Amino acid sequence: MSSTSEDPDSGIPPAEVPDLPPPHAHGFWSRWVFSQDAKYIALQYSGTAIAIGLVALVLSWLIRMQLGFPGVFHFISAEAYYQFITMHGMIMVVYLLTAIFLGGFGNYLIPLMVGARDMVFPFVNMLSFWMYFAAVVVLAASFFAPGGPTGAGWTLYPPQAILSGTPGGTQWGIVLMLVSLILFIIGFTMGGLNYAVTVLQARTRGMTLMRMPLTIWGIFTATVMALLAFPALFVAAVMMLFDRLLGTSFFMPALVEMGEHLSYGGGSPIVFQHLFWFFGHPEVYIVALPAFGIVSDLIAVHARKNIFGYRMMVWAIVIIGALSFIVWAHHMYVSGMHPYFGFFFATTTLIIAVPTAIKVYNWVLTLHRGDIHLTLPMLFSLGFIVTFLNGGLTGLFLGNVVVDVPLSDTMFVVAHFHMVMGVAPIMVIYGAIYHWFPLITGRMLSHGMGLVHFWVTFIGAYAIFFPMHYVGLVGVPRRYPEIEAAFVPDSVATLNAFITVAALIVGAAQLLFLFNIAWSLRFGRRSGLNPWRAASLEWQTPDMPPRHGNWGEALPVVHRWAYDYSVPGAPRDYIAQDDPGPAAAWRHEP
Amino acid sequence: MSIVLGFVALMAVIAFAWLSRQGLADKPWLETGAVTRIPSPGGRPTGRVGLGVFLAVVGGLFALAGSAVVMRMGYADWFALRMPGVVWLGTALLALASLCLQSALMAARRGDARASRAAFGAGALATLAFLAAQILAWLRLAETGQGLAANPGASFFFLISGLHGLHILGGLVALARVAGRLGHGAPPRRAVPGLELCAVYWHFLLLVWLAMLALLSGWASDVAALCRAILT
Repeated sequence: MSSTSEDPDSGIPPAEVPDLPPPHAHGFWSRWVFSQDAKYIALQYSGTAIAIGLVALVLSWLIRMQLGFPGVFHFISAEAYYQFITMHGMIMVVYLLTAIFLGGFGNYLIPLMVGARDMVFPFVNMLSFWMYFAAVVVLAASFFAPGGPTGAGWTLYPPQAILSGTPGGTQWGIVLMLVSLILFIIGFTMGGLNYAVTVLQARTRGMTLMRMPLTIWGIFTATVMALLAFPALFVAAVMMLFDRLLGTSFFMPALVEMGEHLSYGGGSPIVFQHLFWFFGHPEVYIVALPAFGIVSDLIAVHARKNIFGYRMMVWAIVIIGALSFIVWAHHMYVSGMHPYFGFFFATTTLIIAVPTAIKVYNWVLTLHRGDIHLTLPMLFSLGFIVTFLNGGLTGLFLGNVVVDVPLSDTMFVVAHFHMVMGVAPIMVIYGAIYHWFPLITGRMLSHGMGLVHFWVTFIGAYAIFFPMHYVGLVGVPRRYPEIEAAFVPDSVATLNAFITVAALIVGAAQLLFLFNIAWSLRFGRRSGLNPWRAASLEWQTPDMPPRHGNWGEALPVVHRWAYDYSVPGAPRDYIAQDDPGPAAAWRHEP
Repeated sequence: MSIVLGFVALMAVIAFAWLSRQGLADKPWLETGAVTRIPSPGGRPTGRVGLGVFLAVVGGLFALAGSAVVMRMGYADWFALRMPGVVWLGTALLALASLCLQSALMAARRGDARASRAAFGAGALATLAFLAAQILAWLRLAETGQGLAANPGASFFFLISGLHGLHILGGLVALARVAGRLGHGAPPRRAVPGLELCAVYWHFLLLVWLAMLALLSGWASDVAALCRAILT
């Protein structure tokens, strides 16, 4: 155990990192466009991610319209359907979720929550956003390119991804997708270096790792994972680009297409699958770990209770991060592998459920006998816990080889991953926006509109994805725009129509959320300082919203962890992290 | 994938060794005030920590490329590339560049501006010569029927040497910034932090290149076979 002191300032070492002023903006361009302030960069990241996310939302409507009412919408051809599902998946996973959690929340919260003035490499941080922006532009450009975007499925499996039978395969679609991914990864690496090194180097005095809020633990671990996992996608994308443009055969076996021998030969699509899933599975946790961290903080603040099992929560985050690198081949059970190989990956997959379950128990135990305020962040957090639990349980089914093989490529898988890494993290994003909106803008979001948004989204998400499990269980395959087969009962068509109506309503509720943001920016109630009475450092800035440099004259000094809520004897029901307090008076006894 | 798994295991060991010194067993809910046992952040220069993290990313990238080579080597149509002589010359030049930058760093630490500038210039020239040698190697391979799409070994050589060359080019941008600090009249110690980072980066890229060359030229084919055997 660390030594502690009665005198709150004694022994806190002087700041080894010189407190240098961050680069100042001198005009419109350097303040709003090429800003080097992490807070502005966070807003740029989030704005761009939400904008491209809206495209993904519209695509999901189109996908559902086709599935719910096949043959009614003539402009949705089979090719267009493949393009919609591909772009929807890739945008949601990479360009929205990864970007908003790490580029958005990471940029805004890391410096503020660890007590830094800014990121350690502000110029590189600025470049990171502009690389991301270029990646989004290139991706969006594929909608307007000859042949349209790629329709290879978000996994971009070769050989079909670069053959003429796939939309965009021999035209621009796949090329733009791969270039966009390469740009995204370069941009992310620049940003990721900042997030990781800022946590390592720029924590303020007294901010030990075990005093960091779990939000930072989640973002930090996810960043380290992403820095190690994204190179796999980078290598795969470059190799496929070579195959497509320069005629190499990294992934392309000998093929006959329309009676004609192609020039490819000898390559292995399985090599691509290994590279893709070496990125793809950690990617699930790259999205989930920041969500785990954020939701832990939201629950503690809005239940006025310290987080249950903080140490366990930290260890679980680190262990999940490490384990996620040795489970990738559970996405490849049907690609043909040695049975022991499948056994190994099934075992590691099930082991990951242990630290994950610990986290769920700890969230529930934090709520137990807490002073629960049913604020919007709390509602979304509760929605997350239930949804993540549901999605996680179906993951246990799919992690087992014998169950996975018949369920592979069915709508059951689609329902599973939408629950666990679609709806669940998006619940957290909404909870986090409702929670930190006052910090960013100085105003509160409308509670009434937020309630409608929450209930329609929560109930609607279940109306969409719960029945989808059944559709998958009866054997309906994914990625088919229309299916008429003897094994598909009529009830599937009815359910599909129901799901589509639910999806359209849920989508419309997201527009209400955007309206709430716009309305509250102008008319929202002023929040004042620290409206949620939170203990973590980002709420203790001298100004709300925090100004350039975050902390005014002097950096804060941290005296305690971020979860001192409802401490017996304390004058308020929270003690801020930078509050020295009358030494030892409020301390819990061991 | 055993190469990249080995790399990830190495990263995990480093991460856990570091975390074990960060008081992960502490009970923060019992502690207020100062925590004196745990080293404070910022003990090392930020640039050095940043480079360390970046090298982990670059290492991962080449470990993955190496893993792809090892997987591909298991197929019947694979054969080792006949390396043109200029590849070995280029390798020697990169080693020379690495050595020169180390000498420049040591001279700068001693305060010997003249020797530092000379070694630095030689290092930069050797690096440019290495890049030229790589381009010559590409041309020579294409002339001898081992072009980009001719066989899998050649494809991987072009891919990996291209990626490696791009990293060297990025390093040259950093080197140009350090050159400004080593300019005439400036005290050489001012350039030490930058030179240190460049030297480490060059040593690392030399190691990466040697490993990739061993894999592509067939020297490490036994190791590659062992890697494949572990995961099959």
